[in-house]
Order: sequence, then C-alpha cells, then structure tokens
Amino acid sequence: MKVSRSAFWSLRLVTYGVIGLMYLPLVIILVLSFNASSSISWPPKSFTTKWWATIIDVASAREALTTSVKLAMIAVLIAIVLGTLLAFALQRFDFYGKNAVSFLAVLPIALPGIVTGVAMRNAFVRLGLDLGLLSVVAGHATFCIVIAYNNVAARLRRMASNVREASADLGASGWQTFRYVTWPLMRGAVVSGGILAFALSFDEVVVTTFTAGAGVETLPQWILNNFSRPNVLPYVTVVATLVMAISLPLAWFAQRLSDGGESKAGR
Amino acid sequence: MAVAGAERRLTGFLRARPRAGLVATITAPLAWLVVVYLGSLAMLVVSAFYKLDEFTGKSNGQFSFENITVVVTKGVYRSLMLRSVLVATAVTVLCLVIALPVALYISRLASKWAKRGMIVALLLPLWSGYLVKVYALRAVFAPGSDFGSGGFLNGTFGWSPGFGYVAVVLTLVYLWFPYMLLPMYAGLERLPNSLLDASSDLGAGSLRTFRSVIMPMLVPSIAAGSIFTFSLSLGDYITVRVVGGTAQMIGNIIERVLLAPNQPLAAAFTLWPVGIMLAYLALMARLGAFENL
Repeated sequence: MKVSRSAFWSLRLVTYGVIGLMYLPLVIILVLSFNASSSISWPPKSFTTKWWATIIDVASAREALTTSVKLAMIAVLIAIVLGTLLAFALQRFDFYGKNAVSFLAVLPIALPGIVTGVAMRNAFVRLGLDLGLLSVVAGHATFCIVIAYNNVAARLRRMASNVREASADLGASGWQTFRYVTWPLMRGAVVSGGILAFALSFDEVVVTTFTAGAGVETLPQWILNNFSRPNVLPYVTVVATLVMAISLPLAWFAQRLSDGGESKAGR
Repeated sequence: MAVAGAERRLTGFLRARPRAGLVATITAPLAWLVVVYLGSLAMLVVSAFYKLDEFTGKSNGQFSFENITVVVTKGVYRSLMLRSVLVATAVTVLCLVIALPVALYISRLASKWAKRGMIVALLLPLWSGYLVKVYALRAVFAPGSDFGSGGFLNGTFGWSPGFGYVAVVLTLVYLWFPYMLLPMYAGLERLPNSLLDASSDLGAGSLRTFRSVIMPMLVPSIAAGSIFTFSLSLGDYITVRVVGGTAQMIGNIIERVLLAPNQPLAAAFTLWPVGIMLAYLALMARLGAFENL
C-alpha cells in the first residue's frame, strides 16, 4: 500500500502509542506491588519488598490459587475432549444443521458472561443441585469448549487430505491413520487450545461468581473480594503481578505451538 | 491378533456406515451443549414467568407475566437498558476507531519482523487477566482526594475523569480492543495486494482506495470483532463496580436482584441482554460476521 509520508508517520505513531498504552496500566500495577503504603496513590512515596516477601503467608490467596488451578484443570479436560470431538464432527462430516451446531458452540462466548452465569445458577438451583465446585466446572467447561474447538478445527481445516489418503493407500486402518498421521499433526493444536482454555478459565470471574457455592473462592474472586480492603490491598497488586507473570509466558508458548504446527500440517 | 481383528472390523464398519463416525464424534459435545447450555437458557426463559412468593422467597409455581411486565415497562429499567446499550455501542465504535489505524499499519506498512513482534505485543495483554486490568485502570483513574494524590492520571497530570461512565467506557475499550483488532488484522492480511495496485492504477488516491476497496472488504471482519466488543461490554458489571463510581448498567441490577434473592425477576432482566444480543448477532450475520469468527 502506498501512503503519503505524513500518513505513514501518523499511523506509525498511533500504533506505537496504542501498544504503549496497553502496557502502561500493567507497569503501574507492577510498581504499586512495591508500594510501601497500602493505597493506589500515584506516585508512590517509598518502596518495600515486604508484600512480595510475605505473600506466601496469605492463606486465603494460596487456597484461592489451588481452587483456580483445580477448577481450570477439570474444566479444560472436559472442554478438550468435547471440543476435539466437535471439531472432528464438523470438519469431517456434512450433515443437516451443521451451521446451527457451530453457532451453538460459539454462543456461550458470544452472549455476555452474566447470561451464562445467571442461566446456569438458575438451572442448578431449580433442579435442586448444590452450588459448589462442580457447578463452576460445568459453567467453565461450557465456554471453554469453543476455544478447544476453534484451535483443533482450524488445524483440521488446514491439514491436507492427501496425507490421510496416502496413509490409507499404504494399507493403514482408520485407527492407524489417526494414531500415526492425524494425531501427531493435530497434537499441538489440542495442547495450545488447552492452554488458551486454561487461561480463560483461570481468569473468568462472572460465570464463577454466579455458579460458585459458599466456600468456593477462585483467584479472580479473591482479587475482587479483597481490592477494597486496605490491609489486603497491597497483596492484590502482588497477586495481580503474579497472574501476569504466569499467564503471559503461557500465552506466548501456546501461540508458538499453534504457529509451529501450521507449517508441519502441510499445504 | 484379536485386537487387530477388532480394529479391522471397526474400520470396515465405519467405512460401510460413514454416519456412524459422525454419531460417535458429535453425540457427546452436542449433548453437553444442548442439555447443559441450551437447557439452562430454556429454564431461564421459563423462570422469568414465575412469581416470587413474598414469604418463602422461592418461586411459587404460578405462571405470571408480572416480572416481564416490570422489566419491559418500568421507565427506570428501560433507561438502564438504554444506557447499557449506549455504553456498549460507544465502546464498539471507539474500539473500531482505534483498531483501524493500528491494523492498517501492522498489516500493510510495518516491516515483516516488526509485524510479528507487534502482533504478539498487542495480544499478550489479552492474557494478563481481566481483573488485573480492571484493577490497574482503577489505579489509573482514581480521583485525587484530601488524603492522597489519586491514581496515575491525577498524580501525574493533575487531572482525571474520575470514576463514572467515562472511566467505564475507557476501561472497556482497553479490555476488549484486541478482540476488534485481531479479526480486522486478519481481514487486511487476506486482502490481495493486486487489488490495491489495481485501485491505484485506475487513479485512486490512498483515501479513495481505503474507502472504496479496503473498507467494504473489511465489513465482515469488523462485524465479527464487534460481536465481542459489544457483548462483553453489554453484560459487564464488574468494571462498572470497580471504576464506575455511582454508574449502573444492566449487569449490576441483575446481580443485585439475583442475590436479593429474586431469581425469577433476575431471569426476566437477563432476557434483555439475551434479546439484544440475538438481534445483534442476526444483524452481524447479515454482514458476514460468521465467516470470520
């Protein structure tokens, strides 16, 4: 595309400005986690490492972390299995109502989280089921399916069909073709879908709030419940920084995995 | 070997009945989505038509239009709904305005290595945590007071919009802007160079090319991105709580009514965002959004 010099420079300026603004609040949180006073007043007057040094002693945050990890692992496992099956069904077969099914899969993330949350809470309560960790798992698995589905479906779409044909021509059974050809090519997409779904579940707060029973507190809920308490507030910034420190490399890794697989998947 | 025999029989079975493979793969995910998700949505609609018993605090099983009538006709709730739609629209438009130059620059003007780096740089914050970001923006927008210099804006520039609708809209733009950028960038990447060359060969300037060639082809991508910016903003109540001050959106009232607890009334309120989003999805589908999701 050819544009004038001034247009080029203004577009460039806007782009760099936007990237800078994306990171500014994150840097502010990082700085505030070393703030000696327990407020969000800017600029901080003095600094301390005591919040970082004592975060391990905050039992409620530790428990919330355990709950979050446990919840995300179960939900992601369900979502991976269901999402992968769905991707196979929609990519390899033609059938009546196909569009409706793929629309249904996207719906849980296309509708606001509060709708999913209220609907599922309402269903659980009306059916007389207890709200607990399991109801949260059901909620999370539902909106994670589409993430796993999207990743695997994209990979299957790009996978050249001639590798499967070659495998069949060489006498492989359907299972052998899957085991030795299709699976190695799609493995990366399954794992990266799983990581992205994990990140989504780990971060989710609305569906969680509505489907969680008493005594279930995830890490995001812990942040939400504590940011207005002055004596816990500095720990919130520490936890927030930790969440970033954990999820950013994970996201990068997932991205690498799904990029790397593309080249191997042929075409 | 027995296993190999069973395997061969299975392969033969599947080859003879291609439908069996479909049934085997689709049953479990479809059952989950229909029973757990659609089932819940259906029960939500049903619940909205029940009345709450004043004494027991549970729905008494009597069919009634009362909740629906309240949430549709009461002026307070209608203006609340309208306000939520306005906020979601403002967020979507702002996301569009910001994402367009960025997507244009990255896809068409940046050098190859810079392109990759910038996409990663813009995507990473998406995974840094929703609450982390909302909370970070609280530290940006906090107004000054007698006790402190306030957040980053007030502390650095001596001015801040404070907590309110402006802060809510800006925070939501910050949160959801990547969802608009990504499909837009993907749409621009798919645009063949030959098309742009043809346009300039025919004498169009860059503005004319943008308006008559790039924009029309970007519509499906924008529609796809807007589904997320609109929907995620429409139902948000946590951002409103953290940086909204006294501001209220539909999500806040749903939460309050639900925990009151008045489940049937909350269900009736929830039908608002469901209805609006279904209308919005239908509109965006006509613009080709679903080929780009």
